Amino acid sequence: MTAAAHLPGAETPDGPEIQPRGARRGLTGYVLLLPGGLWLALFFVVPTVVLVATSLYDPSGSLQLGYRMTGHWQNYVDAVRDYSDQILRSLLYALAATGAAILLGYPLAYAIAFKAGRWKNLMLVAVIAPFFTSFLVRTLSWQYLLGDNELIVSALQWLNVLGEGGRLMNTPFAVVTGLTYNFLPFMVLPLYASLEKIDHRLVEAAADLYASPATAFRLVTLRLSMPGLVAGSLLTFIPSAGDYINAQLLGSPNTRMVGNEIQALFGAGDYPTASALSVALMVTIVTMVAIYVRRAGTEDLL
Amino acid sequence: MTRFGRWLAGHVVLVVGLLVLLYLCVPVLVVILMSFNDPASRNSYTFDGFTLDNWLNICDPYQLCSSVSLSLRIGLLATLAATVLGTLMAFAMVRHRFRGRSAANLLVFLPMATPEIVMGSSLLALFVNAGFAAQLGFWTILVAHVLFCLSFVVVTVKARLAGLDPALEQAAADLYANEWQTFWRVSFPLVFPGILAAALLSFSLSFDDFIITNLNAGQEVTFPMFVWGAAQRGIPPQINVIGTIMFVLALTAVLLGELGSRRRAARR
Repeated sequence: MTAAAHLPGAETPDGPEIQPRGARRGLTGYVLLLPGGLWLALFFVVPTVVLVATSLYDPSGSLQLGYRMTGHWQNYVDAVRDYSDQILRSLLYALAATGAAILLGYPLAYAIAFKAGRWKNLMLVAVIAPFFTSFLVRTLSWQYLLGDNELIVSALQWLNVLGEGGRLMNTPFAVVTGLTYNFLPFMVLPLYASLEKIDHRLVEAAADLYASPATAFRLVTLRLSMPGLVAGSLLTFIPSAGDYINAQLLGSPNTRMVGNEIQALFGAGDYPTASALSVALMVTIVTMVAIYVRRAGTEDLL
Repeated sequence: MTRFGRWLAGHVVLVVGLLVLLYLCVPVLVVILMSFNDPASRNSYTFDGFTLDNWLNICDPYQLCSSVSLSLRIGLLATLAATVLGTLMAFAMVRHRFRGRSAANLLVFLPMATPEIVMGSSLLALFVNAGFAAQLGFWTILVAHVLFCLSFVVVTVKARLAGLDPALEQAAADLYANEWQTFWRVSFPLVFPGILAAALLSFSLSFDDFIITNLNAGQEVTFPMFVWGAAQRGIPPQINVIGTIMFVLALTAVLLGELGSRRRAARR
């Protein structure tokens, strides 16, 4: 888990640990930490180990007959070979949703931080308002919005953007729209938090030094908002890559994502392959996140 | 020109922002609209006519109300457990010295960075390997929900606690309050808004969860699982009634909280 060490919440592993100001010595700290820590160890760390172990079971076993632990690495080869389309599609959709969330979320976060004035709190409530109702019920309403004879499709057909009989529902576009919609607040909130902290005098100073508004934005605002942008991208990309609700409710058999397959394999009782696919997904995500965080140069900012 | 250009640029951002906000809020309006829908057939998800029937017969679809009740029970218990465990951890992490701080931080952070499908499948792998395959149900759902709520509670309460000056607690100790009195009279009231926010977040995470629950639920059906099943068979408009009720309740709670904090700020 080298990537995780660079993410927020993790502190430098080497060197003496920095204890917070006013921290008290004694046993109380350990006692307070114990119940929650045990819960996390027992139901997060142990299951992760069990998942990896299960991914190496002999696939000829079954739930009724039991499995034998045979170090069956072939499970990974089979899982990645059989489901490479779904894995690639998941990563592609998640990347598209993250890109769309940046394009939509940045102006919104910027507007809330700098332009909203006394409407700031109201706009923030509107950003989290979708959370007040169920994820699945909201996703279903996209079935209506993107439906064949509804406003959006009719308008696009009238504009000749969509051909006669063209559809939006059950297309990759619908799935990415749903993913973007569902995870957009996770992009907007961290972006807003880091934009709001920016001292506006820095942007003015850039203007005084003859930077055009675009240059000032690129060199000052954008750079200072990088921690929010990186955090928001991770909070959008990671859940999108594992999601299968949008693919199922808004997509078609041709838009199945890796989550659909993992769920289906567990449902069919093929635990070794399902576990191997799940571990493969996790490893892929961690690798991509590590590269991204390094490229963005935000290791020390986070 | 440059002044006008800047004015326009500023307002373009605001207009784009408001359009994005519209994108975020339109589906909620559809949920409210659809709660009054009188569908022509089971399989169509179009607005066919206005009716109040759905609101008068919420429990008509088989298992709808029992699934809501299950989600409420799980949500309340998971919120309670995660809030207590998470608050204790947050206090330890901000106010106490201990070895293994970075390990503890990592342990809290990792569940938030794990995709739900991976977390759900590893829990299922654990339960099945431990011989609980036949006992999947209420308790396994609860264990999973406490797990994924816990990290969010720790992070939320920690943020609130880190913003408080430890000198306040030291002052209480200087005035001969013992640790117990200091906690209940000083720390707890000051951190309470953070704990409340964490509890609300936990409840909404728990009530909303589908992917992890679906893997670990056995024969039980929570509200999101009911919606999932309904989406395959034909969607009863009553699920939109439940969605609307949840939305109105949560919005009222947030607005009341906002009003309360404004009033308290005004009194100071």
